[in-house]
Amino acid sequence: MGLLDAAVTRHNVLVTSVDNVLNWARLSSLWPMGFGLACCAIEMMATNASNYDLERFGIFPRSSPRQSDLMIVAGTVTMKMAERVIRLYEQMPEPRYVLSMGSCSNCGGPYQDHGYHVLKGVDRVIPVDVYVPGCPPRPEALIGGLMKIQELIRMEQIGTSRAEALKRLAEKSVDPQFIIERERKAASV
Amino acid sequence: MEEGKIVSQSLRESTAAYMIIQERFGSAVAPLDPNETMPFFEVTDSSRWVEIALFMRDNPKLKFNYMACLSGVDYPAEEKVGIVCNFQSLAMLNHTLAVKVKCDRNGGCIPSVSRVWHTANWHEREAYDLFGIIFTGHPELKRILCPDDWEGYPLRKDYKVQASYHGIKVPY
Repeated sequence: MGLLDAAVTRHNVLVTSVDNVLNWARLSSLWPMGFGLACCAIEMMATNASNYDLERFGIFPRSSPRQSDLMIVAGTVTMKMAERVIRLYEQMPEPRYVLSMGSCSNCGGPYQDHGYHVLKGVDRVIPVDVYVPGCPPRPEALIGGLMKIQELIRMEQIGTSRAEALKRLAEKSVDPQFIIERERKAASV
Repeated sequence: MEEGKIVSQSLRESTAAYMIIQERFGSAVAPLDPNETMPFFEVTDSSRWVEIALFMRDNPKLKFNYMACLSGVDYPAEEKVGIVCNFQSLAMLNHTLAVKVKCDRNGGCIPSVSRVWHTANWHEREAYDLFGIIFTGHPELKRILCPDDWEGYPLRKDYKVQASYHGIKVPY
């Protein structure tokens, strides 16, 4: 799927579209903002660290929203924090992406019924592109979510809106059950 | 204490500590509840709470140098709110004791012991934040967990959450 998969001529000439080049460049250095809100942040840090090594995807946490492309909302968003999350989101330059990590930021999680102080889903205050379920999600799940963001970037074109890219991504989605069954079968043999 | 009942060493020590306090303050303290888990007594005259606290900290036979916790409690049936403080004499006499102080649910106040044990400073702010207990003489009594402009005291039994906070809908 990478740019280098395309045929390269003998004179090192590669013919592709501008969209492809731009998208490839953007998805290959997706810089998330280094900020965590709760226990999901620990899992996110583990994913950044050497065992899962996000840097092999060009994903490298930045300490300023002004240098980030992606916001990983990792943890419980309290009412007090919600305002800060909006402020941080607004400081990020466009195009910007939001990944909601874990049950708390997806829908309030364990605080859904009784957490008077918890925002019931970060999508109530900022637009979310990808949701990663789990409490907390394993690093593999987070990496899956990040690859979904990369897929989303790949769907984008100059002059089209984010909504269209998300629609295209949804159309392209495959049912994972088939792959899971196939892998299980292969493992049991 | 009932005759012939086997009590643990720690409860005997706690009872001995209580007897010293009771001897000094008389009717300002209620009788000890000699349970094995956490023996406690209640301060009936809350205006003498700081005095009792200083005595508990400084008396050579008490030396409660460590406040392990200070929690707020709501008693809606009695129309009261209160605090429960857990004390230890850490690395000195090694005995433990808990103290309860109550005040009226609306408009009542408890004297602050944040100058006696510095631990009490943030714990009292927490009790103020969640139960609305006013601590007189506290150096900085403001909310510690909820935002400063939050409405109501969340851990009171009759708490109803506000409809929106800064334009964000709160209840689901």
